[in-house]
Order: sequence, then structure tokens, then C-alpha cells
Amino acid sequence: MAHTLDKPRTEPRAGRAGGRFRQTAGRQHHAGPLTYVLLAVAAFVSLFPLYWNVVAASHSGERVVEAPAPLLPGNRLLDNLSFAWNQVDMGAALVNTTIVASLVALSTVLFSTLAGFAFAKLPFRGRGMLLSLVVATMTIPPQLSVIPLYQIITDLGWFDQLQSVVLPSLVAAFGVFFMRQFLVEALPMELVEAARMDGAHSLRIIWHVVFPVARPAMAVLGMLVFVQAWNDFFWPFIALTPDGNPTLQVALAGLGAGNHTVDHAVVLTGALISTVPLLLVFAFLGKHIVGGITAGAVKS
Amino acid sequence: MATSVRARPDGSPPPAAPPSSPGRRGRRSAPGGWRSTLYRWDLKAIPYVFVAPFFLTFAAFGLFPLIYTGWLSLNRVELGGDPTWKGLENYTDLATSEFFWNALLNTFTIGVISTVPQLLMALGLAHLLNYKLRGRGFFRVAILAPYATSIAAATLVFAQLFNTDYGMINGVLGWAGIDPVNWESSKWPAQIAISVIVTWRWTGYNALIYLAAMQAVPQDLYEAASLDGASRWRQFISVTIPSIRPTILFTIVVSTIGATQLFGEPMLFGGSVGISGGSGNQFQTLSLLMYEKGWVTGALGQASAIAWVMLLLLLIVGGGQALVSRHNRKKLGG
Repeated sequence: MAHTLDKPRTEPRAGRAGGRFRQTAGRQHHAGPLTYVLLAVAAFVSLFPLYWNVVAASHSGERVVEAPAPLLPGNRLLDNLSFAWNQVDMGAALVNTTIVASLVALSTVLFSTLAGFAFAKLPFRGRGMLLSLVVATMTIPPQLSVIPLYQIITDLGWFDQLQSVVLPSLVAAFGVFFMRQFLVEALPMELVEAARMDGAHSLRIIWHVVFPVARPAMAVLGMLVFVQAWNDFFWPFIALTPDGNPTLQVALAGLGAGNHTVDHAVVLTGALISTVPLLLVFAFLGKHIVGGITAGAVKS
Repeated sequence: MATSVRARPDGSPPPAAPPSSPGRRGRRSAPGGWRSTLYRWDLKAIPYVFVAPFFLTFAAFGLFPLIYTGWLSLNRVELGGDPTWKGLENYTDLATSEFFWNALLNTFTIGVISTVPQLLMALGLAHLLNYKLRGRGFFRVAILAPYATSIAAATLVFAQLFNTDYGMINGVLGWAGIDPVNWESSKWPAQIAISVIVTWRWTGYNALIYLAAMQAVPQDLYEAASLDGASRWRQFISVTIPSIRPTILFTIVVSTIGATQLFGEPMLFGGSVGISGGSGNQFQTLSLLMYEKGWVTGALGQASAIAWVMLLLLLIVGGGQALVSRHNRKKLGG
């Protein structure tokens, strides 16, 4: 069965994403020198703070706070890294963040695909109303739930425990809506009906029809959610403590705001530790992430 | 394609067809009535099973807290204590609190000076990226790189660049003969610095959203415009901008929602006085005030009232957006 279904998995995607860009590219105007100058300035402004983060993390704390600020890398990067790793325990925070972001991304992708499939292709009573409800929840700011959430997790004894950050993020309205938009177009109804006629029950249909078709969108959603969970600040800052069980962002907040005798080189080394993993992901998967961001935004 | 799948039951039964599947012999050999009940149950219930995780999570961690916050906002609640009924007093207290109006105004001004330049620059960048370019992929990934940094990391780096005594930004201004600016303790410089951080992180992201929308604009519109003698700039104003108006509206709403919730940037930019939004509350936002009320002062009832005021503001924004898009649709005759 999976064999005959191989084809549609790539067909509609390639036709839309690849075709549209190539089609317009042929008729586009060539860029003039001014365009390149302006884009180079924009790229410089975007990248310079990241470069300077590396520079600052490779100098001593005293050097970072001297004028004029250093512009070229120094030789203290390894010392700063080992200090951040051993004294401040950014290593543990890195592990915590990896666990949280992976769990949140996996469960969001799984549950969003199931719900997105139901909203896109399964008839059921109240579908339209429930979908509107999903979309409406996107506008509720996190500030509205943190006070009761804080009381709930303290009552459960989860304060400063990672599950207090993971559980509220198991599935997100954005993910449900994103998968629904994708499946409405990409999954032909005939495939679902044919599988049903073959006697497949819903879980088999999910496994053999929906997942193969949805895989590109699931990958994009997974990356977006991973980035978001990795960088999340407001709720983790309330639910976790810098000295207990922090994610990278909470640990960084503790470094930057807490102590009065701050070694700025170590703070910026911590910032570097939090940024580099995502930058590597972006460097390797940049094109797909760019495609994912645009796909998520334009259709809504 | 679809026919190849359908053709199967006509010919030989598919290898994975349930009756011949050895793994599920027990259940499948049940009498037909039982099986069709199961099948009908599967059809009817499974959609609800699939959407349940979202609604259960939302009920537990979204809806219940939302309502509970509303109830708390009508009470006096200390951290860890029992609520006592206060009615609307928390809200009337807010209305007479200079801290609240200060935070509301700061949220608005920081929101405007971060959102407006951000979206205008994103629009310009998207237009440039829409030309036929060498190194297109590099430019796209480069301007998206700030999106990969966290609020905390970006703010801590910029706090160094904006430092009044040794920061590189005052250094560069010094070359231009401008006196050092006190970026932390003066009101407008501090708000501008915070807006720069927000703008830096989000401009590239918005530019890519605009770029995708621009690439969907039909080319014949441009061809017709250039036949009419419209310049490139004229085409940008009269063809591109109107064509991507829904996308622009979308980014305005998303950025406004983000700006209303601004918390991490001002807090970390302020260092040891970040929680109160600077030594004179000069960049205290509503979120910061809410945190200070709730977790520093311990007045959770007042914090809840601030949270509900934020929801109200967002509802106004959402309502405004709905009105504008309905108006747009009418104008287009849709």
C-alpha cells in the first residue's frame, strides 16, 4: 500500500514550491549595484552583533568593558567556555534546553498533524466552530495564564522542574492551523477514501497515508517549534530558577541581571552557547526554514 | 494516481488488506455486526480523538487559567495566600495608578518605534530581495540569522554595544562628533535602544514573509504597469503594496501582539534595575509591571487585572484588524 502512495508525496509539493519561484525568476529584473550595496549593509547589520558576540566571548572580562571595544577575536575563548561550563553550569542548561525543545517539538508535530488532518479531511459535527476556536486562541497572550499556572505548578511540586515548561506547550494552535492548511491542499481526498475502502482504520490511514504526505510540512513545523521552544523566555523565567534547573535563557537571565560582580565575557560566552546550536541548524537548513516561515505566514 | 489505488480492490486484494493480515486475526474474525460497529465508531469518534490533545491542553493550560485570572483580578490575593473579594477595586486602582499609565504609555511608544521602522525596512528589504540576484540564498539566510538568537542572548549582546562608557555604538557616534548618549538612564535613548533590539531580531523574518507574498503577485500586473510608463518606484507603490496588503495587515497584527507583550528585552537591558524598567521606570512595560506586581510585590490580584487589561487591548487590535480586512474585501468587491 505504502508503495502506490509514494508518488503524491512529492508531486504537489514540488509543483507548488519549486515552480512558483522558477516561473517568476525568469521575468524578474536584474539587481543593480545599489541593491547589492543596500543588501550588503543589511547583511552586515544582521551578522555583526553575532560576530561581536564571538569576539567578546574570546576576551577577558576586563577587556570587554574597556573602550574602545575589541573588534578582533582574542585568545580567551576556551577559558571562558570552560568557566561557563564548569562554574556557571551552562552545560546543564544546554542539556535541559535540548530536552525541552525536543519534547515540545515532537509532541507538537504529532498532535498538530492528527488535529490538522481531522480539521482538513474528516467530517465531524462542530468542525468549523472548533477550528475558529483554535485560531482564536492564538491571540491570547501568555501573560493571562502565568499566574494560575504558577499556582498550579507550585501546588503540584513542579516548581523548577522541566515538566512545568514542557506540559503547557505540548501542542500549539499555530501548529494545528499550519498542518490543516497544508493537508487541505496536499492530501487528495481520494487517497483517504481509497484507504478506507481497503478497510484501513484511522490509525493505519494516519501512518500510511497522512504521515508520508505531510512529512515536509511536519519537518518545517518541527524546526519552527524547536526554535521557538529553544528561545522561549517569559514562562520559563517564572517557572524555573537560574540556580536550580534552568533552560539556557533562564540561566542567561540569571547571569545578566542577578549578580552585581558580573564577568561580561562569561555572560556573552553563555549567550554564544545558547545561539550557536540554532545558528548551525540555520546554516545547514536555512533554505527550508526560509520556505517554512513564508509558508506558515502567507496562507493565513 | 488515484486510479491506481482504486484499481486494486478490483484485481487482486492488496497485500496489506485487513482480512489476510495475520497480525490482527483475532479482532478481524469477529462477526460482521461487531466489526461494522467498530468501523462506525472509528469514523464517528476518531476526529474528536485527533483534536482532543489540543483542546485538553488548551483547557488545562489556557482556558482555565484565563478564567481563573479573571476571577483573581476581582480579589485581593497575596502570593501563597487565600483570595478575598474586592470587586472591581483592582481595576479602579489601576486607573488611578501613575505606574500603570506610565507602563501603558511606554508599551505604546516602544511598540510604535520598534514596529513601524521594522516593517518599513522589511518591506524595502523584501523588494530588494525580489530582484534577480547573485547570492540570493546568502542574503536571505544572513538577514534571518537574528531570528535564531534568543531574546536573552540578543539583549545581553546589545546591552554591551549600547553601554554608555565603553559601548561600540557611542564609540561610532564619537567619530561622528556626537557626545556619548546615556542609553540606559535617559528615557528616549533607552526606549530607542530596546526598540533597536526588537527591530534587529524581527526585520529579516518579516522581510521573508513579504518576499513570499511579492513572489505571488501576478507578473502581468507589472507588465501592464510598465506599458503605461510607470517607473519602478511607481510600480512598487501602485502594484506591489496593494497586492500584498493582506500580508502587511497580518504582520502588523502579529507585531502589535508581540509589542504588547514585550518583557525580556526591557528586563534584561535594564540589568539590576530591569524588573522595574529602569531606575525611573522609564522603560517599564505592562508585562514588566505585571511581573513586578505579582512576583516582587506579591499582589497577584493586581497583576491579574493588568493581564486582563492586556487582553482587552489585544481584543481591540483584533477587532480593528477584522474591520479593516472586511473594509478591504468590500472595496475589492469580494
